[in-house]
Amino acid sequence: MKYLLSWLAGAIVGALMLPVALYYNPFVAMPGVSPLAVSGQPLVDLSYSAVPVDAIAYTNNGDERVAPYPEKIAELWEPTIRKTTVLVTLLTNSRGSPEGIGVKFASESERTNLLEGDALIDSAWHIYLPESGSLFVDQSENLWSYVRYIVLPARWNSADSWRGTWYGVTTTGPTALGTARVSGSSGRFAGMSAEAVESVNARAYSALKGPVSITGSLTIAVTELTAD
Amino acid sequence: MFKTFIIGILSGAILAACLLYFVPAVNQHREASLISVQANGGNTESFHTNLPDDRILAGGTGVDKAIPDGLEWPGAQIAGDTQTELFKIRNRNDVVVGVASRISSSGAGSGPIVEWTLHLPARGSLYVNLQPQPDAAGQRSGSLRAGTREFANLVGSVNERFIKSDDEQGDESDFEGRIELVTALVGSHGDSEGDSE
Repeated sequence: MKYLLSWLAGAIVGALMLPVALYYNPFVAMPGVSPLAVSGQPLVDLSYSAVPVDAIAYTNNGDERVAPYPEKIAELWEPTIRKTTVLVTLLTNSRGSPEGIGVKFASESERTNLLEGDALIDSAWHIYLPESGSLFVDQSENLWSYVRYIVLPARWNSADSWRGTWYGVTTTGPTALGTARVSGSSGRFAGMSAEAVESVNARAYSALKGPVSITGSLTIAVTELTAD
Repeated sequence: MFKTFIIGILSGAILAACLLYFVPAVNQHREASLISVQANGGNTESFHTNLPDDRILAGGTGVDKAIPDGLEWPGAQIAGDTQTELFKIRNRNDVVVGVASRISSSGAGSGPIVEWTLHLPARGSLYVNLQPQPDAAGQRSGSLRAGTREFANLVGSVNERFIKSDDEQGDESDFEGRIELVTALVGSHGDSEGDSE
């Protein structure tokens, strides 16, 4: 009997140790360098604020810590879209000048595998830049590093907040190089196929309200023009 | 007994790891895909959005009533004459299966556009380009420009039409009508009209 109790006590300790091992897993590296850093292609940089109240609109299922904005926007409460968020935001260029409108859909991915440090999001951007044209960006994002270095420390902090400087590349696919797939359809992007990478620059996060000072960037490398 | 405790720790860690591996962390709710097979190959599927209930957002320069209340839309110098709408998307059984954006513009700088992005969380996304001007029947036709996951290797056409409320529910409710999107898609390596063009 004492051996059984000893084994049970060990099993409980082992099960509790697993999350700690996953949190400190040295094999999960944070991609800090964009795969497009050495690209010889022309780059288009688009930035946006990831703070919902700085956006044009943001909505989710209404039960999350991050509240929808504006207050009266419809919530995504239906079972099929409960794990989805939508952000409508102004996109600015590298000089901070407004370029156009972006709509970002993001859904929790069923390929999420915490054992391998994959907290995946399937996201899609619908972008319209009045002077340039329109784009669609399909990507898979891994937010594990964001959760690991920002969200969890904020929750454990007695002030329910995190402050610091954190930069990370969130895009992990779907291409073999870990970049997003871009399809252009009008203006100078008509017929274009390209790759993109999204990154996050965080300075402040509240465990109660979500992002306080976080900027997202979408870097698009034009690789080829395809005739449709 | 200490050895048993150590074995217990290993066993517990392995069991918890197996649990994490075999039990999905995310399980998206799925509705059955209501797809009809076309006579000439491929398949067709119908989506719609009921107005005004399924409209999440409507913004743009010159839009009489922005939705939702409190929406601050950027000025014309930034967004041009772009009209952006967000909707919940329903399948043929009137069940919400996703969300979608519709962006239209006369495109002074880059040409006129009418585009949809449909995002179905359990299945993937579709990026649709439509003809800016509707035909005589008020219908816009267009094509699938890009798809993801389930729609990644598909090509084909998409038609949009607005069905007024009189056709369905009369004047007794605030139901304005519905926007219907009908896709006719085929594998990109299969035979289709689009391939021969």
